[in-house]
Amino acid sequence: MDLTALGVCLTTSACVVTQATSGLIVGMLLFLVAAGVTLIFGVLKIVNFAHGTFYMLGGYVAYTTLNVTDSYALAVLSGTLATALFGVLFERFLISRVYGSNVLMQLLVCYAVVLIFDDVVKIVWGPEFHAMGMPPAFQVPPLFIAGGVVPPFYIALIGITALIAIVLSLGLSMTRIGKTVRAAAINPQMVSALGVNTTLLFAIVFAVGGGLAGLAGALAAPVRSLSPGMGFSVLIESFIVTVIGGMGSIAGALVAALLIGLVRGFGTIGFPQFTDGLIYIMMIIILLLRPQGLFGRRS
Amino acid sequence: MTTTRKPGLSRRSTLALMGAGAATFAAPWVARADANILRIGMQSILSGPIALLGNSSRNALMMEQDRINAAGGFLGRQIEFLFRDSKGQPQESARIARELVNSSGCELLVDSEASSGAFAVQEVIRDLGNVVCIHTNSETSALTADPKIRAPTAFRVARQGVHDAVAGSIYLADFSKARKLNKWATCSPDYAYGRDTTAQYLQFLKQFNPDIEVVTDAWPKLGQPDFTEVITKLIQAKPQALFTLLYAGDLSAFVNQANVYALFSQMTVATPNVDYPVMAAIKNLPAGIQSATRYLETFPDTPANKEWGEAYHKRWNERPTTWSWQCTVAMQFYEAGIKKANTLEAKALSAALTGLKINTPFGADGTITMRDDHTTINYAIGWGQTTPKEPFMVDIKPADWGKIIELETEWKKQQKYI
Repeated sequence: MDLTALGVCLTTSACVVTQATSGLIVGMLLFLVAAGVTLIFGVLKIVNFAHGTFYMLGGYVAYTTLNVTDSYALAVLSGTLATALFGVLFERFLISRVYGSNVLMQLLVCYAVVLIFDDVVKIVWGPEFHAMGMPPAFQVPPLFIAGGVVPPFYIALIGITALIAIVLSLGLSMTRIGKTVRAAAINPQMVSALGVNTTLLFAIVFAVGGGLAGLAGALAAPVRSLSPGMGFSVLIESFIVTVIGGMGSIAGALVAALLIGLVRGFGTIGFPQFTDGLIYIMMIIILLLRPQGLFGRRS
Repeated sequence: MTTTRKPGLSRRSTLALMGAGAATFAAPWVARADANILRIGMQSILSGPIALLGNSSRNALMMEQDRINAAGGFLGRQIEFLFRDSKGQPQESARIARELVNSSGCELLVDSEASSGAFAVQEVIRDLGNVVCIHTNSETSALTADPKIRAPTAFRVARQGVHDAVAGSIYLADFSKARKLNKWATCSPDYAYGRDTTAQYLQFLKQFNPDIEVVTDAWPKLGQPDFTEVITKLIQAKPQALFTLLYAGDLSAFVNQANVYALFSQMTVATPNVDYPVMAAIKNLPAGIQSATRYLETFPDTPANKEWGEAYHKRWNERPTTWSWQCTVAMQFYEAGIKKANTLEAKALSAALTGLKINTPFGADGTITMRDDHTTINYAIGWGQTTPKEPFMVDIKPADWGKIIELETEWKKQQKYI
């Protein structure tokens, strides 16, 4: 524990800017993954334990596309679309068969998918790690804002993820399909009774959720190593985000992801050997005060 | 309605009889074939961010298997490796070691785990007592230096943290004095190897350059996907130099993320862990990282070393790692030890291996010795600096083994190991 260092950091603009932006980027990428988890849970009441696999596939598809096309934009797009499609196939052929089953059966199906696709990745891309490398457009020196170091690539990532958060939020509140999704989250039987094609609706929800995780994997690929099983590390944190934010709440996921990012950013200065512990303590405190999470509804 | 069985043998019975007959006649042949094959168990991290090192171990062992079998095998028996993936989980490492010996009939073991798994395997070997094991990759000194942890039939053929620490500290102390780099930071993986070896480096570094002061440290988890907050913390502390023990995929991710923050232009970076494939995988490898030679075809600069490196490259279409040469030397020790002992019996083979000196391309002077404390000495260690293109490392200075042994002995006394 180094509270002096934390105090010095919090009173220095350079440190606040650097750590806050690093917390923001960690949080925003986490939000993309967690948004899918919470969206799927909100509508279908299914905890998608295979969500890390979408993140992993997004990264790998983007890596291959970049090698073929030399275009990072195409790489991100292909990673997102491929995982959206994978989401539809996953929902239609696997998870839809265990709707209404007990949670252990759902867990088993998801876990099987995780193991199978970890091995598929080993067969297709090899068991060793891959590094995508920074796109040439972002191979530029970092910016210095108020003395703090802010990389342009991370500004771009924060911008993209913020835009996605706004589009997702507006899409859910303003569009017809968004309203239907929200209605299905509250009362699926009524939505079905009103003649809405819930089969299509559920497939769309999985496509959006999977696509968001794939987008996160693709966006992060230039700076993170790609390896089989990489989805697991983000899965745990995305569940924490979902629980803290409130199961099913997109706004909650955003706030919780940013909280975790900032705790990581500043916790590493003041509590270098207890940063992970801080996150769990924060989760325990929030759940003690609000068992339904920050933005969750009481059941 | 009733069915009537036709007289005579049914198709099912005929097939069963044929199967039993075939098994009866084939069994002795199968048994002879099994008995003639000497199975050697190998376990390592064969998937995940560290897998490139595990797979480079397997590649080297497959080359050794071919070489040894072409030369007649061990004690006239062809050798066959059974490879297992522990995924870097210590509980799996222990389970696999037992399974390889007790269920799969392995008579020798090559443990190619990182330190986290090697310590678990060490206890299994001690418990079994009837099999020889060579650890090929654990660099944590205590594995063999601490007499309480050392096992009678377990050996280490690998770089050792304290050896690297002495060699690296002498080099880095001279380097830091010349450039007046006194404010240092450390960033190493949060497990035995990272913590112990960083402590050893700092101890010797401060001994050789007392002006050195550590202004911050960071301990990311093994396989951590995002190092952003670690990198920004390091930048905030404004050190003049950074020492890191990150390796493989973690080192690659760290370098890629650190490049985004232009970390390498803000501080000098030193690491003993830049392997060939890591250098090749990092798309924008910064020049001027001070690094130990893990494996280099140009160090030691001998025809035998170059020939082995080229043979590996030709067969696997990638460069070897330090784990590769260590596995190769392990098999060279087994070869020489079995020849000397003329048996695989654990006690006799262990006695033959202890104190054994072999000729090998990877020795500082063409030889490596298995010391009485079951660890190797006199392997090639040098320090130099990276370049973005091949040969990836230049200006290599070889370490002084006399000094390494002298300071290692001091360190062992401080730890009350001797």
